[in-house]
Amino acid sequence: MALLEVKGLGLEFSSPGGTVQAVNKISYDVEPGEIVAVVGESGSGKTAAALSILGLVPQPPGKIVAGEISFDGQNLLDLSEDEMRRIRGRRIAMVFQEPMTSLNPLLTIGRQLTEAMRLHLGLGKAAANDRAVELMNMVGISDPQRRLGQYPHHFSGGMRQRVMIAMVLSCEPELIIADEPTTALDVTIQAQILSLMQDLTEKLGVAMVIITHNLGVVARYADRVNVMYAGRIVEHGTAVELYRNPAHPYTIGLLNSVPRLDRPRGSPLEPIPGNPPDLTALGRGCAFMPRCRFATPACGEATPDLQDVGGSHVAACWELEKIRSGKAA
Amino acid sequence: MTMPSPLPSVSQSPIGALAASKPLVEVDNLKVHFPVRKGVLFQRTVAHVKAVDGVSFSIRRGETLGLVGESGCGKTTIGRTILKLTEPSGGAIHFDGADIWDLGAVDTAAFRRRVQAVFQDPYSSLNPRMMVGDIVGEPLLVHGVNPIAADRAAAVRELLEVVGLSGAMAGRYPHEMSGGQRQRVGIARALALKPEFIVCDEAVSALDVSIQAQIIKLLEDLRDEYGLTYLFIGHDLSVVRHLCHRVAVMYLGKLVEISDSDTLFENPQHPYTKALLSAVPIPDPDVERTRPQQVITGEVPSPIDPPKGCVFHTRCPIAVDGCRQETPRLQQIEDEHWVACSEIHHEAQGTI
Repeated sequence: MALLEVKGLGLEFSSPGGTVQAVNKISYDVEPGEIVAVVGESGSGKTAAALSILGLVPQPPGKIVAGEISFDGQNLLDLSEDEMRRIRGRRIAMVFQEPMTSLNPLLTIGRQLTEAMRLHLGLGKAAANDRAVELMNMVGISDPQRRLGQYPHHFSGGMRQRVMIAMVLSCEPELIIADEPTTALDVTIQAQILSLMQDLTEKLGVAMVIITHNLGVVARYADRVNVMYAGRIVEHGTAVELYRNPAHPYTIGLLNSVPRLDRPRGSPLEPIPGNPPDLTALGRGCAFMPRCRFATPACGEATPDLQDVGGSHVAACWELEKIRSGKAA
Repeated sequence: MTMPSPLPSVSQSPIGALAASKPLVEVDNLKVHFPVRKGVLFQRTVAHVKAVDGVSFSIRRGETLGLVGESGCGKTTIGRTILKLTEPSGGAIHFDGADIWDLGAVDTAAFRRRVQAVFQDPYSSLNPRMMVGDIVGEPLLVHGVNPIAADRAAAVRELLEVVGLSGAMAGRYPHEMSGGQRQRVGIARALALKPEFIVCDEAVSALDVSIQAQIIKLLEDLRDEYGLTYLFIGHDLSVVRHLCHRVAVMYLGKLVEISDSDTLFENPQHPYTKALLSAVPIPDPDVERTRPQQVITGEVPSPIDPPKGCVFHTRCPIAVDGCRQETPRLQQIEDEHWVACSEIHHEAQGTI
């Protein structure tokens, strides 16, 4: 059984400009020990979807209008805030993008790192402290006893993100949701943090949902990938299926618009024209249609559902046949 | 595309022709040290942050030089110093033969017309209270190019069209535009005075992938159309490689390697360059999962008290005792390829 199953999740925000359909009937699952990526650009709904799993979407203005989030057989949307609090941080933990703002500047690292363990695991002060030292070692912070007494401003960005990971691991969660965990970090530090997270998921058997816009990071670390556009999942598959044989025009466009170090210099970039759509005014057709080079008038009539493209690979596009034969030709 | 008329149109020069042309920008042993002050009433200088510490390079006319490195390595400070926004503590910068820190008021005004900047964050680099037309037209007004409002409006419309926006957008405010559109406004403003040289400081870093490609393409088209020279500061190596003829790699205020793009990316020599390249993930699981990875440990040391000897020795996989004593100088190992690493030199001599 899947550890996490998101089924037909719909999330709306009410704003003065109209209702924003941030997440539109998305479904995906995560198996124990697996790394699943959610890829998409700003405003595609990837973070909003993740926050709904943890019950962290402010309601109002947010409103979950449809679907179910089943974690270990339990629908998280049915739980009370008290019950949710026992799961959040304990069984599902989250790493946020900004290591600079997700730690409290007024509390020592030790205090922040032990808080969850004392709360969730009921550890005493000394036991929590010992465990904190162990965790700091695990994430590669030297001289942990001294560092625990310091404040966040004594730590660099990379070190703070390590502290965040130690914190997330402290209660041995079954699922980690990492929202752009390395976007704010330099590339060499990004590589360190991601390898660390990958090692730890392998060693501890933790499942991970990684939310990112970096297609390279996905290729290196993810087992399976969901591509989101305008609140919907438009393509899903294993990383290998998806990169070898992208089916949705948006995925194809994304892959063609990043310069690659392993291709000859001067290979032309093919940007996706236009801008992402206004989520308050989505028509009834495919949201990608205005930017799509394969679009036909029929694409404006109805939104395509996900269809099989072989293996576990699915894509939501009316013109899949044409695109596939076009690529073969 | 409509062009604002008198910008010189230059056909794209091949690298060979570039090599022969005279440098437009020469940076010579540049040092920028910021004082660290302490004390409430009487601020004493207790130390210096050596943001840039003895950097030399030149940029030829029509060339795009990439400047890469991690946060805090001094790349933005170099850009600001070339723009005459930050005063150097030592060394000199020449633009078209003249020392930019030695110009009179009239020459400085002329210099500011010839050199422009495009910044990273399209949200904070445009004044939210000004309409797009006024933002793009402001340089024309300040420098007295189009003192008459109607002329200026026409010039602004033309500029907006050059960067792929419609002339009607002149009447909008920045908050009515997307990130990509705002960055186009920033580029239109930089082009207004028909500059020769543009410093692009992380100009595409804040943009989404699909929009980033649009802006990279625009920068390329403008460069070819108007023969612009760019200093492209960035940390995304795949973007830098795509856009730049030559690339300089910085670490902790020093230049560690500089070369033409192809050589640098195919045959990197400095251990830091190698580590940087290996840290960039390639969007292809087949390539990515078979590629050897070289993750360097540790973090960048403080520029207040940089390591003695080679600044990279604390994280370097091939450092020897000598690296802790002696600061390596840039040495030429090929035509266009310079590296500051004493171990590389020995290695090269040993194997060739």
